[in-house]
Amino acid sequence: MDTPGDGGRGIKMHRATRILIVDYGMGNLHSVRKAFEACGGAVALAGDPGEVAAADALVVPGVGSFGDCAGGLARSGMKDAVAGFIRSGRPYLGLCLGLQILFPSSEEAPGVPGLGIIPGRVRRFSGSLKIPHVGWNTIAFPGGGDARTPARGAGVQDPARLGIDPPPAGRCPIFRGVQDGAYVYFAHSFYPEPEDPAVSASATEYGMTFASAIWKDNIIATQFHPEKSQRAGLAMIRNFVAFAAERAAARPANGDEP
Amino acid sequence: MEYRRIIPCLDTKDGRLVKGVNFIGLKELGDPAESGAAYSEAGADEIVFLDITATPEGRRTFIKAVRQVAARINVPLTVGGGVGSLRHIEELRAAGASRCAVNTAAVRRPGLVREAAEEFGSEAVVVAIDTRASESAPSGFEVVVGGGRVPTGMDAVEWARRVEGLGAGTILPTSMDADGTKAGYDIPMTRAVSDAVKIPVIASGGAGTLEHLYDGIAEGHADAVLVASIAHYGTYTIRQMKEYLASRGVPVRL
Repeated sequence: MDTPGDGGRGIKMHRATRILIVDYGMGNLHSVRKAFEACGGAVALAGDPGEVAAADALVVPGVGSFGDCAGGLARSGMKDAVAGFIRSGRPYLGLCLGLQILFPSSEEAPGVPGLGIIPGRVRRFSGSLKIPHVGWNTIAFPGGGDARTPARGAGVQDPARLGIDPPPAGRCPIFRGVQDGAYVYFAHSFYPEPEDPAVSASATEYGMTFASAIWKDNIIATQFHPEKSQRAGLAMIRNFVAFAAERAAARPANGDEP
Repeated sequence: MEYRRIIPCLDTKDGRLVKGVNFIGLKELGDPAESGAAYSEAGADEIVFLDITATPEGRRTFIKAVRQVAARINVPLTVGGGVGSLRHIEELRAAGASRCAVNTAAVRRPGLVREAAEEFGSEAVVVAIDTRASESAPSGFEVVVGGGRVPTGMDAVEWARRVEGLGAGTILPTSMDADGTKAGYDIPMTRAVSDAVKIPVIASGGAGTLEHLYDGIAEGHADAVLVASIAHYGTYTIRQMKEYLASRGVPVRL
């Protein structure tokens, strides 16, 4: 990956972008960490709310249930730290439960409050299809493909072009260079239903159409697992690392520069 | 869309890739990490990695092998074989397993399935069921444990329903009558299990031709097909398997 964020635009990089993966005690951050490292991200694991404040970007992966995730975050004091981080405007990436936890609640754990940052709810799949929804499925972007993404299904374009083309207007920054109709990996029984359909960054069909990714300003979250989604998934993570670097470079430094 | 999956299965003993017929007569086939990497690159939808070692020494070797396979692939990794406790599952997950398959230990203590589902989510819990034809079982199929050595008298379909209720997220039923024979999946058994539950079922044991894969899905009602001999011996590539299924109207990730 090129030095993120410079690209001749005169932005001076003074340090590596600090990406923090939140560890709320549920284990198995192996694949997420491995994927970020492969994408050139300077990642660390955080189990302590004190570490969150210094991060440039935060990743909340999904393991266990909504109740476990909310409970784990609350117990470790991470819940307030994560909410505060998101409010500060710095980039947030939620994966699977890391998406669901943005909502006020989930049918998986009635009465357990989530972060309540994205209005709406998290519902259980119903109907005749197999639950959990496990395996590969496609994502469709609002407005479909564009001139630079002609074919469906192959995953990503020429990697050399990544980070050069801006995403088409209205497309979530992590989907830059990713084709409309790309395959990604899902493993879930519950899906998000945002109140505002405009926050849906991709749609997936499984018995019905649901929002498989959410994007609102600095908040990006996927119901699928980019870290297990081969080339298309790695492109998304690379894009998030670049997004985090751009935002960090554009932000006034935290007192470490005059 | 419900895409059907092709899942290569790496059986290992003492850290080496092996394959047997009807659960015996093992042949060594090489390094599991190399095979895993090749399958991941070739378009496998997932990898299943099973330990059929019976010794504590071999178990430690297996954890190391899981780490090596996980480092080389970028698709989900399901790991099983001798998985006996939550602690063991944690260890395997730390080594890079996305999902763990429990088998004998779940038969001995069904509560393990519920505990694992509560701790790691249903999506992460696979229950492997080894079966053989049995006249005394109501469905005609009996559960066997201990690597196919110990008949339990339990009905396989009944057991599948029960583990679904306990929170299992996938069932992997393997017919030891068919395994390694390349004569096709045990379709009546696979279908009986698939039709009895609402969670995904992976057909396993016996695939030798492309038609067998199609039959597992179309006749066995499976959501995914496990492939071992047909893939390891280079009979067909993953791509050829998928193109065949697609040509017969089965949705696959190409």
